Amino acid sequence: MLLLGLMLLLLPAAGADLSGSAAPHRGPVHAAPSAPPLLLLPQPGPQYGAPGVALARSAAEESAGTGKAEREAAEHHHHDGGYRVVQWEWSYVQTPYIIAIWLLVASVAKILFHFSQRFTTVVPESCMLILLGLVLGGVVLIASKKQLYQLDPSLFFLFLLPTIVGDAGYFMPARLFFDNLGAILTYAVVGTLWNAFCTGFCLYAAKLLGIIDERVQADLMDFLLFGALISAVDPVAVLAVFEEVHVNEMLFIIVFGESLLNDAVTVVLYKVYISFVEAGAENVQTADYFKGVASFLIVSIGGTLVGLVFAVILGFITRFTKKVRIIEPLFVFLLVYLAYLTAELFSLSAILSMTFCGIGANKYVEANISQKSRTTVKYTMKTLASIAETIIFIFLGISAVDKSKWAWDTGLVSCTLVFIFVFRAVGVVGQTWVLNRFRLVPLDKIDQVVMSYGGLRGAVAFALVVLLDGERVKAKDYFVATTIVVVFFTVMFQGLTIKPLVKWLKVPRSTNRKPTINEEIHERAFDHILTAVEDIAGLQGYHHWRDKWEQFDKNYLSKLLLRKSVYRKSELWEAYQKINIRDAISVIDQ
Amino acid sequence: MGTLQSSPAPTEYCDLSEKTGFSFEQIAVLHKRFKQLSHDEDVLRRDHFSEIPDLASNPIRAEIIEAFFDQRNFSKNGKGKVEEIGFEEFLVVMSHFRPPSQHMTNEQRENVRKEKLRFLFNMHDTDNDGTITLEEYRHVVEELLSRSGALEKETAKSIADAAMLEVASISVGHMEPNEFYEGITFDHFLKLLAGFEIDSKMSIRFLNMDTITLCK
Repeated sequence: MLLLGLMLLLLPAAGADLSGSAAPHRGPVHAAPSAPPLLLLPQPGPQYGAPGVALARSAAEESAGTGKAEREAAEHHHHDGGYRVVQWEWSYVQTPYIIAIWLLVASVAKILFHFSQRFTTVVPESCMLILLGLVLGGVVLIASKKQLYQLDPSLFFLFLLPTIVGDAGYFMPARLFFDNLGAILTYAVVGTLWNAFCTGFCLYAAKLLGIIDERVQADLMDFLLFGALISAVDPVAVLAVFEEVHVNEMLFIIVFGESLLNDAVTVVLYKVYISFVEAGAENVQTADYFKGVASFLIVSIGGTLVGLVFAVILGFITRFTKKVRIIEPLFVFLLVYLAYLTAELFSLSAILSMTFCGIGANKYVEANISQKSRTTVKYTMKTLASIAETIIFIFLGISAVDKSKWAWDTGLVSCTLVFIFVFRAVGVVGQTWVLNRFRLVPLDKIDQVVMSYGGLRGAVAFALVVLLDGERVKAKDYFVATTIVVVFFTVMFQGLTIKPLVKWLKVPRSTNRKPTINEEIHERAFDHILTAVEDIAGLQGYHHWRDKWEQFDKNYLSKLLLRKSVYRKSELWEAYQKINIRDAISVIDQ
Repeated sequence: MGTLQSSPAPTEYCDLSEKTGFSFEQIAVLHKRFKQLSHDEDVLRRDHFSEIPDLASNPIRAEIIEAFFDQRNFSKNGKGKVEEIGFEEFLVVMSHFRPPSQHMTNEQRENVRKEKLRFLFNMHDTDNDGTITLEEYRHVVEELLSRSGALEKETAKSIADAAMLEVASISVGHMEPNEFYEGITFDHFLKLLAGFEIDSKMSIRFLNMDTITLCK
């Protein structure tokens, strides 16, 4: 059934490509309609100057130019003038049409996957999407002898990634996040630096030892650059895989939080090493290293501040949206997205900005906006994020098939795979040993195994490697191939095996149960109890500061950002209401 | 290991450490705090607690202070309340908030859980009769909501009622319309908070985590 579905999917795609390329518009048609336009590709033409996918797509846009177009065009030449009842407006609707078709293909693929229950419980969706991408890419390649579609970095960074990160940041469980912030920051910063440097240095050593072939023209700086971009845990991949596995929340938040916060490290390392590579290894001065460190602080703190500023703006605006309920969701999307873009504008860490904007604003926005707006925001964000994820994985598959963009070196690929795995495991164990001295809930061996295994690389690494300048980084093609293999390996192999691994290790799973009223009551009771005990014992511990923050929030922030009518209600009351509504809805839904 | 105070002698610390599980350093620090709170006397009274400034704004301070004087928290068979407590009792109450150590068997962990839940139960059950009645639970909810002010008794009442209903449905299952649910017993309480990770939720960091007892 699944195969049938796949074939049905491919048929129009194949057919479209096969019918290939008639004349771009209703221009002069020379070819007789019967001539197989299979091998005839018009030059995509500079008229579609928009980079990336648009350019590539325009080449295949002729996909819709079937023989009918030719006939019609031919007819036009016969009957010139006169009123045309029906017209072929392909060039007019071209770009949005192609985009919509791709989205449709991606969504229908998701439906088809879920037809086979057995399959979906074993194989994660991301795997299947990549496979589908591979197949589609192969088809396009065979059909037109040239790769038409690619995962374009600017498309990825400007549209696809923010959708996913925005959704994740906005719905991040803030309490859990901040409770584990120490661990998350450690893994994100120290862990990523450790991975990056070790991988880079060891790859260089491997080159010197001759394991990596001479063809790979890269020296220490290039390898460090490559190490930087391949060592970051990827939020998209982590989300996609962990979503299916349902490990307990603490474990998930640590891995996922790490994947978000390491963006600052990756951005800085990437930029720093690119400038080092461009300047040449000899011209690097010590001052540049210090600049790198300073840059990291600026990028991360700056990004966070930008996000928080937008969070305050968002909270403040939603305070006054009572009369314009209909556009409330729009404010949420716009401001969260603007947080991302503004950080990009100043080349700060955009992911950090968007994450903290979401976390910061969530509490106030959810209180201020109407129930309907809440639902709209939630489902729109989730839908968009889901589609973006699907597109990313399909395009990862497609991009892999384009052989002209990569070059294979076994030594490099195998070394990279081994190194990232080994260094991740070592890094996790080392950091956990240190962290456990400070944590209330220690991370045991099983947690560490899951964390090492869950350090997935994904589309971010791929986009970064494609962005490299082939002139400066001579070994770019080898790096691209290695990145593709690494990403595929982690998403597919590790994605496939993590579920059985989690089951075998008996990792505590998330119950996904909504809290009962009693648990809500006790949740709040504990905060106060623990604060009281800390005060009695004279300790200024975590709860003491949390309580101080709550006081500050209550006396200043909430007054500023919350609607007057909401401000007076208590959280417990809100929680109680939510539970009631939820129960009522669930009764109706059944 | 830090400097020990002049009094009490290390042997006393040994006993205390065995009884409560705190390390010497932790006991020393807490002893210092005890002396500070009690103005160098040997016993603590309720009014000493009300002098702690940060505690004033805490909605559950009354219950927490009571818990320190509740004999049920000192030993398994204690009953009733006392007017003053010594350092040992202070330490025993504090030890309920110690985080579980990493190397514990499942059974030990279960015991720790039960102890913590017992402490909580005692806190709610103010009249010492072994069940938490609707009135007592309402009182808890009211205190919790009191910090946000401006909420009437009705709200607290309805929340507490809903909570009791929930407890009833969890522990007793389906009840006849005219059946009366007397109150939450300890077993019901255990069942109620079964999903709650109380070992981590009810723990605070008492500085140095190593509880190496150097007696004997």
